[in-house]
Amino acid sequence: MSTTVTPSRPGPAPGLPRAGRTAQRRRGQRSRSDLLPALLFVGPATIGFLVFYVWPALRGVYYSFTDFSVLSPPTWVGTENYQDLIQDELVWNAFGVTAQYVLINIGAQTVLSLGLAVLMHRLTTSMAVRGALLLPFLVANVVVALTWFWMLDYQIGIVNGGLDWLGMDRIAFFGDSQWAIPTIAMINVWRHMGYTALLIFAGLQTIPTHLYEAASLDGSGEVRSFFTITLPLLRPVLAMVLVITVTGSFQIFDTVAVTTAGGPVNATRVVYYYIYELAFVRFDFGYASAISVVLFLVLASVAFAQIKLLRAGESDLS
Amino acid sequence: MAVLPVAADPTTVPRRRRLRRPSLGRTAAWVFMIASLLATLFPFYWMLRTALSNTRSLASNADSFLPADITLGAFERVLGLSTQAEAIAQGGSGASVNFWLYLKNSLIVATTTTVGQVFFCAMAAYAFARLTWPGRDKLFFAFITALMIPPIFTTLPNFVLIKDLGLLNTYLGIVLPGLLMTPFAVFFLRQFFLGIPREIEEAAMIDGAGRFRVFLTIILPMSSAPISTLALLTYITSWNDYFWPLLVGKEESVRVLTVALGIFRSQTPQGSPDWAGLMAATLIAALPILILYLVLGRKIINSIGFSGIK
Repeated sequence: MSTTVTPSRPGPAPGLPRAGRTAQRRRGQRSRSDLLPALLFVGPATIGFLVFYVWPALRGVYYSFTDFSVLSPPTWVGTENYQDLIQDELVWNAFGVTAQYVLINIGAQTVLSLGLAVLMHRLTTSMAVRGALLLPFLVANVVVALTWFWMLDYQIGIVNGGLDWLGMDRIAFFGDSQWAIPTIAMINVWRHMGYTALLIFAGLQTIPTHLYEAASLDGSGEVRSFFTITLPLLRPVLAMVLVITVTGSFQIFDTVAVTTAGGPVNATRVVYYYIYELAFVRFDFGYASAISVVLFLVLASVAFAQIKLLRAGESDLS
Repeated sequence: MAVLPVAADPTTVPRRRRLRRPSLGRTAAWVFMIASLLATLFPFYWMLRTALSNTRSLASNADSFLPADITLGAFERVLGLSTQAEAIAQGGSGASVNFWLYLKNSLIVATTTTVGQVFFCAMAAYAFARLTWPGRDKLFFAFITALMIPPIFTTLPNFVLIKDLGLLNTYLGIVLPGLLMTPFAVFFLRQFFLGIPREIEEAAMIDGAGRFRVFLTIILPMSSAPISTLALLTYITSWNDYFWPLLVGKEESVRVLTVALGIFRSQTPQGSPDWAGLMAATLIAALPILILYLVLGRKIINSIGFSGIK
């Protein structure tokens, strides 16, 4: 969650900040003496960075070329894991199921959040409304999953009770392989809808209100203003929201783990869950690592494609 | 900074005539908004309603919106306060569960992670924002690059590392990977420290204060708003984390709430799960966050923004 919260002022680029440069000049002879305190200040974080980010990332790549069961040291097998995974139907199934999940999840979530964000912007700015809509996002995935698991229960769940009352057939939301992925996707739409709406809402606030006033004077209605002003000007924000939500969506695990555990049959064996099973049930760390390398590459290309296609870096507002 | 500018009050925008004569579109918009709010809030009510029910009475009261056979039995059961016979009488599995312990474990893990992470990241952010030293910008760039790495990529090797260190099923093992830094926190705090006027620090240093004292007595208090926002977000993230504690902390003595919930769910007998107990347990897991949200909600809501994008 926290990775998407961005300080409003980006400040100078990650290069040498301007403030730093002038200060360096101003303080001249003092700069050298900063090295010792700097080491002290940045030390703990750097150790954490090296030990828990850099080193494992390198180890991960290395493991993917080995046969490694955790119990005995890894043995180098070259590209065998990668050759295997191309022929592993479960890998293809995992990526297929995950793609299906991402499409339903992101599709529904983006449309609903955009709608809610516009309503928060044009209809009511009530803090209570925003607070209520954000609520599901603050609760753990596991809690959300179990609550819906109960509400969607085939026998005595309230949702099936409602379907009954409407004269419709009961649905085995988690037990039917046709329904399992859409169900899990919609549960997470429920959890993330308000949060995503707030992200988009923040983007909406950067659109100058005089544009709407001018459009309104020219006789443009709300709907027309939405398509001619809101949507085009929101594009960069929407693009970033999509990059972040799609990346997050690919990492679906918690909901699957506590509800269907990959089933029925392989209907919900998403990539994360398959990696988890390979590593911690079958102790095939080498193979699991190879799949995570592939997942990383897929994620990076999807993010890159989105940024290119949606021209996320440019704004039409100028 | 992460705090959004106050929204321009839309009631000042000239589109007032609609207010008097509600149009079809406006009515539809309200209907959609109210439906969304109901859909958002109803599951929380349903959790409470079920948690206050007797599991054995749920099936016969499936269409009632009130608790079935109202009782606090489910809470007593999951907190380990009722006898086995009492638990079974109300539809529990009879297995011993102790959510007090898991609650305590979650508190320890989330608190340690938050304090460590925020403090060490603040120190690093200060060095990146204020001190001049060779390699500073290269290291900062490296930190930021780590933001792009998906967690699963580092999780498997980190598990091996924690296992090799003999830290499986210890608090330290659960906490360690996030204790010293996350790239985001460093990035986030550096932005704020860059905005603090240098003159204030320099005055203190002329008075003989060392770097560390300046950091503790000037920088940290001056950034209390962003730091508390960050701490809040870190706390919630850590509280809700499931994947990592599932891997390294399954044993009961260090089991956190999310992991305990997953295990509780898988232990319930197929066919007749202890729904009331399960919902009581989820409510216990969610409650501290809900309380935090009630008290500090505005801060959380305001911290979510995208105004950083040009």
